[in-house]
Amino acid sequence: MGDVKCAFIVQRPQYKGETSRLAMTHALAYQTVEILLEDGETVTPTLCFVGEGVLGLSKGQKAMEMYGITSSESHIKNCLLVDLDVFVCKEDLEKFGIPESTLPDAEDMGAEKQIRVVPFAEIQKAMEEAKHVLFF
Amino acid sequence: MGKLALGVYPGLVGSACYDFSLKLAAAAADKGHKVSIWYSGNATGSVKAHQKHLKDYSTAEKYLTALLEKGVEICTCEACTIARGIQKPEGIPGVQWNSMHWYLAAIHSADRVLHIGGE
Repeated sequence: MGDVKCAFIVQRPQYKGETSRLAMTHALAYQTVEILLEDGETVTPTLCFVGEGVLGLSKGQKAMEMYGITSSESHIKNCLLVDLDVFVCKEDLEKFGIPESTLPDAEDMGAEKQIRVVPFAEIQKAMEEAKHVLFF
Repeated sequence: MGKLALGVYPGLVGSACYDFSLKLAAAAADKGHKVSIWYSGNATGSVKAHQKHLKDYSTAEKYLTALLEKGVEICTCEACTIARGIQKPEGIPGVQWNSMHWYLAAIHSADRVLHIGGE
C-alpha cells in the first residue's frame, strides 16, 4: 500500500487536556511503525495546530522544572528533529495575538525542519491530501 | 469487507463516547468487517479486569470480552496504561499492550479510521 498520509489536527490547547499532547507523541511514532509494516510501507503524518490548538506552543517552557512533565515545546522540537511537517495556522495565531517569533525551533538539536506558519488554506490542503484525518 | 480502525481516547466514565465506540465496533464486526480498537489517554483505564458494573457507571469489561470473541483486535497504549497504575497482569485477557505505532500500523491498512478524541 506504500505510504499512507495522515493529517493530525490539534484543536485543543496544550495542557488543557491530554489529547493535544497525544497528537504529538502519536505523530512521533511514525518513526517506528515500520517494524509492524511490510517493506516499503510507511505512514506520514502532518501535524497541524488550529484554533485553540495554537495555544501553549511557545518556546521557553518550564514544564519539566515546574511539574516534572515533558513540555509541549520539547515534543514539538522532537517532531522537527525527526522531520515531521508541523503547520501552525497563521490566522489563529493572529487571532490570539501570538507572534510567530515565540514559536520554538529545534536548531539547537540539529533539526533542519522548522515550524511552518501557514494560512488555513494550506492546512485544508494537507487534510485533502491525507487518506485519514484525525482530530485531537 | 472493509477494515475499520477505531482510536478511542475518552475515559470510560464521563461521556457516552466510549460506550458508542463499543457499540460501533460490535455492529461493524457483526457485519463482517475487520475491526481494530486502539485505546490511549484516559480510555486505557478501561482495560483493567474485574470491573464491577454499577448501573450509574459505564462498564467495559464484558463488552470488550465479547468483542475479542468476535475477533476484534484491541490494543491499549502501554505507556498510558501503566502511567495510570494498571499493570499488564491486571488487564483483561486478550487485550494487547503496545506502543503508539500499533495504532499507526492499524491506520495504514484501514479503509476507514474513526478517531474518537478524549478529554
